[in-house]
Amino acid sequence: MGQAIATPAAEKSVFDIKNLNLWYGKNLALKDIDFTIYNNEITAIIGPSGCGKSTFIKTLNLMIQNIPGVRMSGEINYEQTNLLNDRVDLVDLRKKVGMVFQKANPFPKSIYENVAYGPKIHGMKKKGKLDEIVERSLRDVFLWDEVKDRLNTSALGLSGGQQQRLCIARAIATKPDVILMDEPTSALDPISTIKIEELALELKKNYSIVMVTHNMQQAARVSDRTAFFLMGELIEYDQTNKIFSAPSDKRTEDYVTGRFG
Amino acid sequence: MDNKTMTMAASQRLLKKSNKSALQKEKRGKYLVLASALLIISATIAITIFLGSKGLQAFISNGVSIYEFLTSTKWNPTAENPLYGAVPFILGSFAVTILSALIAAPLGIGGAIFMTEIAPSWGKKILQPVIELLVGIPSVVYGFIGLSVLVPFLRDTVGGQGFSLLAGMIVLSIMILPTVTSIATDAMSSLPKGLRESSYAIGATRWQTIWRVLIPAAMPTLLTAIVLGMARAFGEALAVQMVIGNVRSLPSAITDPSATLTTIITLNMGHTTFGSVENNVLWSLALILLVMSFIFILLIRYLSSRRQF
Repeated sequence: MGQAIATPAAEKSVFDIKNLNLWYGKNLALKDIDFTIYNNEITAIIGPSGCGKSTFIKTLNLMIQNIPGVRMSGEINYEQTNLLNDRVDLVDLRKKVGMVFQKANPFPKSIYENVAYGPKIHGMKKKGKLDEIVERSLRDVFLWDEVKDRLNTSALGLSGGQQQRLCIARAIATKPDVILMDEPTSALDPISTIKIEELALELKKNYSIVMVTHNMQQAARVSDRTAFFLMGELIEYDQTNKIFSAPSDKRTEDYVTGRFG
Repeated sequence: MDNKTMTMAASQRLLKKSNKSALQKEKRGKYLVLASALLIISATIAITIFLGSKGLQAFISNGVSIYEFLTSTKWNPTAENPLYGAVPFILGSFAVTILSALIAAPLGIGGAIFMTEIAPSWGKKILQPVIELLVGIPSVVYGFIGLSVLVPFLRDTVGGQGFSLLAGMIVLSIMILPTVTSIATDAMSSLPKGLRESSYAIGATRWQTIWRVLIPAAMPTLLTAIVLGMARAFGEALAVQMVIGNVRSLPSAITDPSATLTTIITLNMGHTTFGSVENNVLWSLALILLVMSFIFILLIRYLSSRRQF
């Protein structure tokens, strides 16, 4: 179903997905998805509830496998490796493909310990190096100046928007290539939302971002490419301005103009 | 005119003609629950006052030295020169409580983690009824099993008489295991799902997630589980009495027979006369139990105030 997009040869892809099918038990939730995700871009995934967009984003770091009864076929190629191969090292994959969730969920630990969690579980022990990573990650999400004097206080004391930025800092502390964001702003107020969007635009210089969003204006504002999912199918995938101004598929047009969904 | 009848109709619909009977019912219900609350409160206060006054009588009217009571290890209230050192029983109570918690805490928390994190479907199906069954077994049955199985087993394997601190602690640890396990299970399952997800998403293994995120997050409630178990162990009398040996001297090893505050009270309350000094010192032991249970409650309240989820 996915359409081939004419892309300049210079653009590098991070994920190359071919014929991906996914079943929950007997229900086919994703149908023949062909999808390429490009480096240093923000790829937005839009679609009505239940269209499979959250399911899709969770296949990229194989978090979907935590759900019992999930079965997949096809290929999810990341760094020349098909992730559907049994021998994929989940620890290493998730170090490289970080994820931020809809609800900010900092650990009930200090701000410092939240950010240092990833590096620590991946074996980093040196205090000096950890300090450096924590500061860099917090600076990258523009949280450093707000929290530098209270790094050792509980992360649960931060505001909702700050907590979400902390979760992004926690995800980038392991130096990933890709950050998956599953509706990262749907629980936030408009001002915090803008901050996260600005942050995403800043972060795409160094990371590739895949963002599921319910909010079409958000997709239009921040993303380079937009994919429209409907009932488990990838209906259309193109440059964002094309999707929102001149979509090729009638269903895409109906959705982005607000005729349903 | 028309307008006026309309408003009349509306006010007639909205206002009750007389709400006297409704008010009365309301009041009756309120007094009923208030009375229940007052009864519970006054019973607690009455018991506290009674225990306080009876418990202090030995020191005030019988001239028993508080210092001796709390520091001496010799107990013999019926001798010609009566001795009132309660230290062996206080130590005995603390020993069985702490030692049984040391066994029950890791087992109970381990079981809770198994049920919530490792095998939530079938683990819970098997362990949950087992735990409920353990709660329902009366303490005399635990004591009886301890007496007929555990005591001979200890006599044959570790030596001594079998009646010992060790036997008391093992029986108690099994008795408090369901308390610890069920509260620990609640603690683990009430943690937000997002904690697990985000830990896995960073690349943590299941063990790292349990050890570094879930247990610390649930810690205040897990400690509450242990303290509640300890409170139960501290107050248990019958089952302990049946296996601990009930001697008045200080045990020198874990395999020695011993006694606790509760066992010495239940053993002696039958053959001392009310009002005598022998009887009054038992009330003093009971007062220590009450004070300890207040301390356990304060500890639990402190821990619950630190709950994060």
